[in-house]
Amino acid sequence: MATSTEAAGTIGATSPGSRKALIAILPLAILLYAVVPFILRGQPYWLNVMTNAAILSFGSLGVWVTFAIGRVNIAQGAFALLGGYTTAILSTVFGLSFWLCLPLSGVVAALVGTLIGWPLLRLRGIYFAMVTLSLTEAMRLLFLNTVTLHDGGGVLNIPRPAGIDTPLDFYLFAATLLLVGYLAVWRLAGSRIGWVFRSMRQNEELAMSIGINVARYRVFAFAFCSAMGGMAGASFASLQQNIYPATYTVTDSINFMLYCFLGGLDFVLGPIVGTFGLIIAFELLRSIQEYQALLYGALMILVMLFLPNGVLSLPSILGRFWRSGR
Amino acid sequence: MSFLKVEGLTKRFGGLVAVNGVSFAVNQGEILSVIGPNGAGKSTLFKLIGSFMTPSAGRVLLDGAVISGLSPHKVARTGVVRTFQETTVFKEMTALQNVVVAHQLGHSAGPVGAFFASPAARADDRRSQENAEEILTYLGLGHVRNELARNLPHGYLRTLGIAIAMAASPRILLLDEPFAGMNPEETDRAVDMVEGIRRRGITVLLVEHDMRAVMRISDRIVVISFGSKIAEGTPAEIRDNPTVIEAYLGQDDETIGH
Repeated sequence: MATSTEAAGTIGATSPGSRKALIAILPLAILLYAVVPFILRGQPYWLNVMTNAAILSFGSLGVWVTFAIGRVNIAQGAFALLGGYTTAILSTVFGLSFWLCLPLSGVVAALVGTLIGWPLLRLRGIYFAMVTLSLTEAMRLLFLNTVTLHDGGGVLNIPRPAGIDTPLDFYLFAATLLLVGYLAVWRLAGSRIGWVFRSMRQNEELAMSIGINVARYRVFAFAFCSAMGGMAGASFASLQQNIYPATYTVTDSINFMLYCFLGGLDFVLGPIVGTFGLIIAFELLRSIQEYQALLYGALMILVMLFLPNGVLSLPSILGRFWRSGR
Repeated sequence: MSFLKVEGLTKRFGGLVAVNGVSFAVNQGEILSVIGPNGAGKSTLFKLIGSFMTPSAGRVLLDGAVISGLSPHKVARTGVVRTFQETTVFKEMTALQNVVVAHQLGHSAGPVGAFFASPAARADDRRSQENAEEILTYLGLGHVRNELARNLPHGYLRTLGIAIAMAASPRILLLDEPFAGMNPEETDRAVDMVEGIRRRGITVLLVEHDMRAVMRISDRIVVISFGSKIAEGTPAEIRDNPTVIEAYLGQDDETIGH
């Protein structure tokens, strides 16, 4: 990982809490809290797009965590759906506040992630990817056939979170959620646990041989990812005020993964850059929406060919180019 | 006093018996080598001891407690740590990171503490760091500590593999063919290194092909052929053992002590 080379042999030891955390998060915080609201003031539509991107980024960050242990996870849509339905049902049927539903959705997704992940994570490579892909479809069918509140398995009239009334409010909530998620994953990646993840990604047998409980760490990473997916789904359901089995499909699961790829798997910021980049590009290219999939595909091929480590690897590549040119 | 004990260890693959009722004991502080012709079952035996494979029969004990059947990471945590053949390291980490991450025992902070970078976790990290620096220097890799493992020359990778295992706090180190493919000069250095490991109080059990190195380094030798133990003794005893000579003369390219 590029981050590991940059760290030059220091695990955790040089990441003493607050000051470094501030440096890691401050630029993103300024961007999300100041720059974006300033530029988009009075444009609720675009603010909504950014809210959406922030929530999806939060879900992508989770997928990044499963990438960190060397698994291609195409199930995030399933957990977003699960979290969305948890919030939908808890808030409409039981009248629970969104602020309780949000963490509960994370917990439910993490529990289901643990149960499903324990057997599935033995699989590697394409096999794990394929099973997670079908998991998304299975989850859609599950809600389609079990939720009878409304035709087609939908839940409508989900209340908005208490205290959040305007698009700006919702944007600020999403931005906060994203910042907290970013800080959590950044800390995880920089801690001993993150290094254990890296070791597993590079060689599971060797990791076992030095006493790492690979099975348990794998499940932890997957549950962590699922919790983030669940919370993203819960937030989105509350933003849209409805959820349907088709709110998250296989395409969404694949997109979560693509966002990570595009931004760069070596960087915690990768999934955020990838998500915002693609979502904004999506919106700007709305007029040619029928070619969206084609453009996505072409873009991915280009990135894989020329920037296999994602957009965020560009500075170091340019740096090398600059140095060798002199 | 026997430290690691192998009792009647057997592994069948269908009709094939790869390891057949092998028993021996490793004493604390010694270097014991398991040798045998190609296909004798050395690698299988090695995997069985490290619990990377489940025996069909028999058991492995450490300090009188059964460790066979435990999962590999638990066996590693009892102090039975293996290395791998060739160059199994974390290729995308620096040499130092490879060894730091292998320091998994004796942390005072739990996962939650590690996540929040508690003072205890930071002290753990510092200790892992110092421990890794010390091991790398001891094994002569100090000058390449910040190189990415994938950029290191072949010979260094094997040493790095041993450094990784040493960071896992082994009481007994299982070395899988540590001298394979080395020229005499490299073998000399590797032999010195294994003796250095023993001087640190680590018992060494090695599985090896290279007779010359084994004869020099071992306190005792166990010979297996076609899955069964055919001899056990000091290097001198093994060299003169007619059964061993016969087993090896059956091979084209193997002679004892050449």
